Amino acid sequence: MSILVGKDTKLLVQGITGGAGSFHAKQMIEYGTNVVGGVTPTRGGEKFEGKVPVFDTVSQAVKATGANASVIFVPPPGAADAILEAFDAGVELVICITEGIPVVDMLGVRRVLEAAQAEARASGAKIPRLVGPNCPGVITPGECKIGIMPGHIHKKGNIGVVSRSGTLTYEAVGQLTALGIGQSTCVGIGGDPVNGMDFVDVLELFQADPDTHGVIMIGEIGGGAEERGAEFIRTKMTKPVAGFIAGTTAPPGKRMGHAGAIISGGKGTAAAKIAALEAAGAKVAPTPSDMASTLKSMMS
Amino acid sequence: MKIHEYQGKQVLAKYGVPVPKGYPAFTVDEAEAAAKRLSSETGNQLVVVKAQIHAGGRGKGGGVKVAKGGAAEARQLSEKILGMQLVTHQTGPEGTKVRRLYIEQGLEMAQELYLGAVIDRDARRIAFMASTEGGMEIETVAAETPEKILTVHVDPVNGLMPYQSRELAFGLGLMKYGKETVAKFVRLMASLYRAVLEEDCSMLEINPLVVLKNGDVMALDAKISFDDNAEFRHKSWAELQDKDEEDPVELEAKDAGLNYVSLDGNVGCLVNGAGLAMATMDIIKHAGEKHGVAPANFLDVGGGATQEQVTKAFSMILKSPKVKAIFVNIFGGIMKCDVIANGVVAAAKELGLKVPLVVRLEGTNVELGRKILNESGLAIQAASTMADGAQKIVDAVTKGGAGK
Repeated sequence: MSILVGKDTKLLVQGITGGAGSFHAKQMIEYGTNVVGGVTPTRGGEKFEGKVPVFDTVSQAVKATGANASVIFVPPPGAADAILEAFDAGVELVICITEGIPVVDMLGVRRVLEAAQAEARASGAKIPRLVGPNCPGVITPGECKIGIMPGHIHKKGNIGVVSRSGTLTYEAVGQLTALGIGQSTCVGIGGDPVNGMDFVDVLELFQADPDTHGVIMIGEIGGGAEERGAEFIRTKMTKPVAGFIAGTTAPPGKRMGHAGAIISGGKGTAAAKIAALEAAGAKVAPTPSDMASTLKSMMS
Repeated sequence: MKIHEYQGKQVLAKYGVPVPKGYPAFTVDEAEAAAKRLSSETGNQLVVVKAQIHAGGRGKGGGVKVAKGGAAEARQLSEKILGMQLVTHQTGPEGTKVRRLYIEQGLEMAQELYLGAVIDRDARRIAFMASTEGGMEIETVAAETPEKILTVHVDPVNGLMPYQSRELAFGLGLMKYGKETVAKFVRLMASLYRAVLEEDCSMLEINPLVVLKNGDVMALDAKISFDDNAEFRHKSWAELQDKDEEDPVELEAKDAGLNYVSLDGNVGCLVNGAGLAMATMDIIKHAGEKHGVAPANFLDVGGGATQEQVTKAFSMILKSPKVKAIFVNIFGGIMKCDVIANGVVAAAKELGLKVPLVVRLEGTNVELGRKILNESGLAIQAASTMADGAQKIVDAVTKGGAGK
């Protein structure tokens, strides 16, 4: 098993005819991901790479293919629209890679998503989920790669990875694989201030997944997602969690690459997040080179 | 992106938020003319001369002065303020040079309030905060007397509702000025909410918002930051940007599509990905703190950078006089290692490599990238891991006798 994505995932690619969309659609197909269709408005009826059908709308694509996941490569001006279109068409898992979506747009998306999730919880239906935006995606090694991560560094196994940063996720995965430790699923939740799945949501799934035996959680400065994750670890998590927080040396008030990576009003510092994780029983790697070895030391 | 107070007030006025009359001035002559014009328009000799810099705390730093004697006094004050190095708690000890003034009408105030709007990341809503502690830093109020801050969260479907604004108005005690004042406050809030949404403000602060003796409410200050992600739908922002307020190197990087932040240290860093770039700074500091080795910059070349962008990025580091060693740390995903290698080699050949260079390459096309570096003839130390790279950097700076 694994979380979020696997052999049963039937994937749509929104923005499949664009530069990033087409490049990564090919890479995902090559990895073995079941890409059942693409969506580009006005390009319906075409075939991508001679075999993947392209649709004008997500709704048409879902009806024709039975897709249950969608990955979004639509540029920022249309990205929030693309996310909402996917949920409206009944897609359960939407993964948005796009970087640079205005935060006001994401507030609207969150509002719709939260209402849909509350409805699903009340009726016992499958809960719709958004991963990202501004994230590398989700991979279950050997089964399904959705996003832009380099597939070859991963190895099938039992460690879950959840991270706000793309390249730091690769760093952690590279370290794990070098130690011969495989991964169950790796989830990039993205570097934006308002996003979909949070650390808590992903940790909850890892805790419930019998094939995940331990977790690496990678946070960074800004916001309170790491602190909420730490609270979940303290109260609900029985599996070992190793952490790393990037930005110990980041100056306050400066946006460090990610829109969400900013210390404002003295809040969101690395020191506060590290303290919260340690108080919750997680072990925080002293340097980014020690993420995998720190988790290994906790696994017996 | 931040803008000046007078620009913020122009934005707010567009949405119907009451603001005092005022005119910006770039010279002492313009300041005097503005004061004259204001006095004749308002029939009041009293004007305020306000330094326009992006940092807060201008009043305490001596950047805001009241001229009671009209245009002549306004001129004298302007001579003092224009060109001064204004030091506030937000500028750092070196201060910021005052290049613009705002000459504003004086008002008869009854009370100063605080009003702010932010994106509340945890609640995923726009939050409005109001407080009777106008003129104080809101962080101080939040720390010392949090009960004095009233907050409402806006549901994006309905937008800000009048009842929420009334809650704030009654909570602030505005009924003591009469129901007209409450109504004026509610109207002002509606205008503010529209401004936040339509202008893509990530932060909007009015400190103070004032109640005048006649019962009007007015924005006496305006501090606005825009959400950089929304730049594509705001062509007007280009005109509002004051390049004098920005770090020139950061501006140069932004124009080249790079994320760059200047820091105080001596190790230039070129990294792909924001998280990895921060982690690289952290590990350099961790390894080098005792030896006076620290990062000189944050630089994320991003995932889709071209060879030209990498060349530009590496050139910027090479040109920095404070850089005593360079650490290139790449974990290629979308970014291919050969693109990085070619960019580094091109920049080094053009500008010459006078400081030690440590390179750690991993991920997509790593073999090709290493081959390009090996065959370049440049003196490059290869690192196997981030930790190894950081140690090599510390050794290079300390043993190289390059100083601090």
